[in-house]
This record gives sequence, C-alpha cells and structure tokens, in this order.
Amino acid sequence: MNNIIDFLYLISIVVFIVGLKGLSHPETARKGNLTAAFAMGAAIIISLFAPMEAGDNNYLWIIGGMLVGSAIGLTAAKKVEMTKMPEMVSLFNGLGGACAMLIGIVEFKHLPAGTEMVSGAVFANIFALFIGAVSFTGSLIAWGKLNGSLRDNLKLPFPQVLNILTLVAIIGASALLMSKPELDFNLVFAILGLSLFYGVAFVTPIGGGDMPVVISLLNSFTGIGATGAGLIYGNDIMIVGGILVGASGIILTVMMCEAMNRSLINVIIGGLGASSGGSGS
Amino acid sequence: MELLINFLDQYLAIITVLVLASFLGMEIIGKVPTVLHTPLMSGANAISGVVVIGAVILIRRAEATDYITLVLGFLGIVLAMINVVGGFAVTNRMLDMFKKKKK
Repeated sequence: MNNIIDFLYLISIVVFIVGLKGLSHPETARKGNLTAAFAMGAAIIISLFAPMEAGDNNYLWIIGGMLVGSAIGLTAAKKVEMTKMPEMVSLFNGLGGACAMLIGIVEFKHLPAGTEMVSGAVFANIFALFIGAVSFTGSLIAWGKLNGSLRDNLKLPFPQVLNILTLVAIIGASALLMSKPELDFNLVFAILGLSLFYGVAFVTPIGGGDMPVVISLLNSFTGIGATGAGLIYGNDIMIVGGILVGASGIILTVMMCEAMNRSLINVIIGGLGASSGGSGS
Repeated sequence: MELLINFLDQYLAIITVLVLASFLGMEIIGKVPTVLHTPLMSGANAISGVVVIGAVILIRRAEATDYITLVLGFLGIVLAMINVVGGFAVTNRMLDMFKKKKK
C-alpha cells in the first residue's frame, strides 16, 4: 500500500514539474498554473488517505482547517486590487513559512523520549523551524513596506553586525541543542525567537523598491522550509516540491535582479550599506 | 568519521533526490520574459504551500485528545491553505490580465 502511495506522489511531482515549466512560457502560463493547482489538489487528497502507522486521523480538524483556509485565501485573492498583487503574494508566502515553522515546533514535542540529539530528525526540525520563521517575519516586513504601513527607511542599528550576530547566535543555539543529551525546550524557543528576529533584521534594511526581489528570495526560502518539513516525515512530495520552488525561486530572483541591472548581493548588501550611511556602496 | 558514514548510510537516497531536484528546479524555468516574473513568482509561491501536507500528517498522527497538536496543526493547515488557494487564484487573475493586455 505504501508503494502505491509513493507512486501516486511521484505522479503528482511530475504534474507539478509540468505545471512549473508551463508557468515560465507566456503561451502556456495560464494552463501551467491550473496544472500545478491540480497537482496540489491531488497531492493533498493522497495525503488524506495514505495509511498511517498510528494516530486518530482527526479528519474533522483537517477538513475544518482546509475549509477556513481556502475561504480566506479565495476571498483575499478575489478582492485584492491588481496593483497590490506583490504584497498579497508576500503575505501568502509568509503564511506558508509560518506553517513550516509550526510543524518544526510541534514535531519537537513529538520526538520520542531518548532520541539521539545529533540526528537527522533533530536537524530537520531545527531547519524547518528556522527557515519557516525567517520566511514568516521577513515576508510580513516586506508586506508592510509595500503597503506603506512600515516606513520605507525604517532601520535597525548596525544592520550588518546585527544580522551576522543573530545568525551566529542561531547556529550556536542549534549546536548547543544538539550537544545536550536530552531535548531542552528552552533552547527550541530561543532558536524560534532568534529566527523570527532574523527575518525582521534581514528584510528591514532593504529598500521598498527592491521588495519584489526580496519576496522572490523569501518565496524560495519557504520552498526550502517545505523541504525541511518534508524531511521530518520522509515525505517525497514535500521534499521535491519544496526544493523545486527553492531552486527555481533562486534562479528567478537572480533574473529579477538582472532585469534591474543589479546583482543579488548588491540588493542585499547594498540595502544594508545604505542604512549605515552609504558606506556599503 | 563513523558519524558521517552512518549519516550517509541513512540519508544517501534523500540527498541524491535533493541534489537532482535542485538542478531540475534551476533548469526548468529557463529564460522567462520579464512580464512573467511576478506571475511565476506567485505560482511558485502557491506550490511552496505543499507544506500543508506536513500539517495534514501532523494532525493525522496525533491522538484525538492531544489538543495542543491539534490546535497548532489546525492553524498550520489554515495558514498553508491560504497560501495554496490564494496563491493559485491570484496567479490566475494576473495571467487573465496578461491575456487581455495581449489582445
């Protein structure tokens, strides 16, 4: 039975790839989008019926969540003005990141007692948690900058230093977590807090005009976060679907930079430099 | 060293898939005209909502009385479904506009 499920997932992955390919050509873009949507629907249905070794299924919670989420998503997509599309995409993207983050947190709770802390499982949890959280707060900042609720020139003090220190702290906390004999939930929350903050620190210094590039980059992050969550469950469609978005998102980000005659480093560091008195440029 | 060998033993198949899929993702979109940048970003964003499947598995594996997991999983499904459904719908609207412009 598990073989059949994996095979059905494989078909969905292929349909995803066909859809993504269609999306990148003008004549086939619309069809490609519908194809990808179809693959997503199929993958979700498969995940509902795949056999589980344990658990109570709790279908009411799942269906309820899907109905609420779909209704909100559909309404938001219908109502948004054409000029506000990029910020809508950013908000959607942040919510996907938040889902990866939630999965990372909850799965820490579910690690069986006596789990080896230096293990792929713990690493995948930290990874999904970190990338998801960065994508979540980063996208919210990008959304706020685009719709004007955050000032464009909003700054944090010493952005480069702050960014690097936060990143080092996250790596340090993760290493500490993995070096302990047992799960220390305080460290999990420390990593969560630092990651949420890193998303803010990463995006805040970048100017409003560069936001589309940043959104594309964060979108790529969410894909990688989905891969991280997929690693937790060993679920192929999440792993491959996520990494496809992650990889194509990076390429798209670079192309968007080229369309503006900039380099990706220039957008990220340039943004950072500008806020420390232009020394970076 | 032993740690590394064990790690490879356990994860080599997945690492292979990851590496190959990354190359596929980079090659797949090829040259994209500038007008399609935003719709492609939006469409890819909807696909990244595949993370919803993780939340589905999370809830299905939970016991019916494990309310923390159920509530957080429910929240995860709601958020990810907004990403999926909203993402595909918004992309469709963008591409509709593109079609009308062309005429």
